[in-house]
Amino acid sequence: MSFIINHLSHIYGEKTTLEVKALDDVSMKIADGEFIGLIGHTGSGKSTFVQHLNGLMKATSGQILYNGEDIYDKSYDRVKLRYHVGLVFQYPEHQLFEESVFKDVCFGPKNMGLSEKEAELKAYEALKKVKLPDEYFYVSPFDLSGGQKRRVAIAGVLAMQPDVLILDEPTAGLDPTGRDEILELIKELHEGGKTIILVSHSMDDVANYVERLLVMNRGKLVMDSSPGEVFRRFRELQGMGLAAPEVTYIMHKLNVFELPVNIRATTIDEAADSIMSLFKGGATGAR
Amino acid sequence: MIRDITIGQYYQTKSALHSLDPRTKLIGVLVYLVSLFLFNSISVYIIATIFLVSVIILSRVPLSYILKGMKSMVFILLLTVIFNIFLTPGVPVFTFWKFRVTKEGLIIAGYTAIRLLYLIVGSSLLTFTTTPNNLTDGLESLMKPLRAFRVPVHEVAMMMSIALRFIPILLDETDKIMKAQQARGADFEHGNILRRAKSLVPILVPLFVSAFRRANDLAMAMEARCYRGGDGRSKMKPLKYKAQDITAFITLAVYFAAVIAAGRISPI
Repeated sequence: MSFIINHLSHIYGEKTTLEVKALDDVSMKIADGEFIGLIGHTGSGKSTFVQHLNGLMKATSGQILYNGEDIYDKSYDRVKLRYHVGLVFQYPEHQLFEESVFKDVCFGPKNMGLSEKEAELKAYEALKKVKLPDEYFYVSPFDLSGGQKRRVAIAGVLAMQPDVLILDEPTAGLDPTGRDEILELIKELHEGGKTIILVSHSMDDVANYVERLLVMNRGKLVMDSSPGEVFRRFRELQGMGLAAPEVTYIMHKLNVFELPVNIRATTIDEAADSIMSLFKGGATGAR
Repeated sequence: MIRDITIGQYYQTKSALHSLDPRTKLIGVLVYLVSLFLFNSISVYIIATIFLVSVIILSRVPLSYILKGMKSMVFILLLTVIFNIFLTPGVPVFTFWKFRVTKEGLIIAGYTAIRLLYLIVGSSLLTFTTTPNNLTDGLESLMKPLRAFRVPVHEVAMMMSIALRFIPILLDETDKIMKAQQARGADFEHGNILRRAKSLVPILVPLFVSAFRRANDLAMAMEARCYRGGDGRSKMKPLKYKAQDITAFITLAVYFAAVIAAGRISPI
């Protein structure tokens, strides 16, 4: 068991006119090796929530257990927690600072107190994992393209070899190819055994990859189940300013014409299979 | 933390002070600052205190919010107090080791501390109650006479307002950068001064990069809308003095007269 989150609340600007409940009584369990998507509208509290998981923010009330230990314990080392729970922020520009990509990726392992050699080894492994071509290793990180910067930012966290990897909007501002590449990379990291939490506001992003989907709205955790289950409630999602993947809408429209298609299909492949099987005469549809 | 810095920020609410003309408030702050430094007598400080407290009440900015902004000033305040106490010659009150505390030193230290505090609170009340846009308009209008001396009044005012507008943005950015680096195990709180100074590099580099990028974007956006400085530029909402401004000026005049009278009558 990775995380147990117990009635977590966070209030910004308590007792002023600007008081905002950013997190409102959030509880959940996260097991090792899960691939979780976290979606919500801007200001729904999703970024605030993930910053609690690595101890960057402290909850107003509630508790978080990581591997059975309360991270708010006085004796708990929250700096060490960040080596195990890696968080990649939305803007790579916020963390890149060194003169070369390689040096920048070394920053994390060096902070862990590793020797120069070990740090470089970890950095090399991480850069290989994110598939950054070798010729960029000694380029200034500021000269890279948006997608490459994001790779370097992910490598910067991966180099600490965290068990849990949280990515806050890793695809924002990328073109479709760059987006798919980053998502494929995240999928591979998950297959390599890491627990992944993918924060996004794009349904199509998460639908193809995650196994479990959390939906947040106004600081509350409102849905927590498989993507298929969540997207079936697309009308509720729309009320929260979110949309289901395009596929969901198509399948529901077909269903209106009493065609027995699988309305729980969330990816294009699933939808295509379901429609194709209709033509083959097998009505395996609406389960 | 870093979000707690409130100096120079605008506090959104509705109050008599918020709706005053920015020029009135600018002149008010100027008069108040002058009045603080004219005399060194208790009666003047009492009048200044009453004035400040009533203005704070009128502004409807919570006292806790104002004091939060003062936190960052405590260090400067303490430093001046300590220097004044130990370095003023006069009648010694007590001595220890090589230091001598004098009666004059204590008095001057007290006065300086109050002056500095009132100065900061007084001027931050201006920014708490005036939007950066209004402040610029006010400054520009008040500095107009300087144009005769070829001072680029509009440009100076625009620069000041941009600087003010960017304070919260850059603070927010600093906060995000610090978090991003902390997520990579950076530690800003431990170690000696040299190590801590070195740990600032991962914050400052991204911050400067981002500040330059923002400046560039802003310049582009202004140019795209054909901004070309102050010449012939008209205002959508030109500043106009209203009845309440006259009341404010009269109050200000009465206050200033009272200060001068009190200072003359009781010089200490």
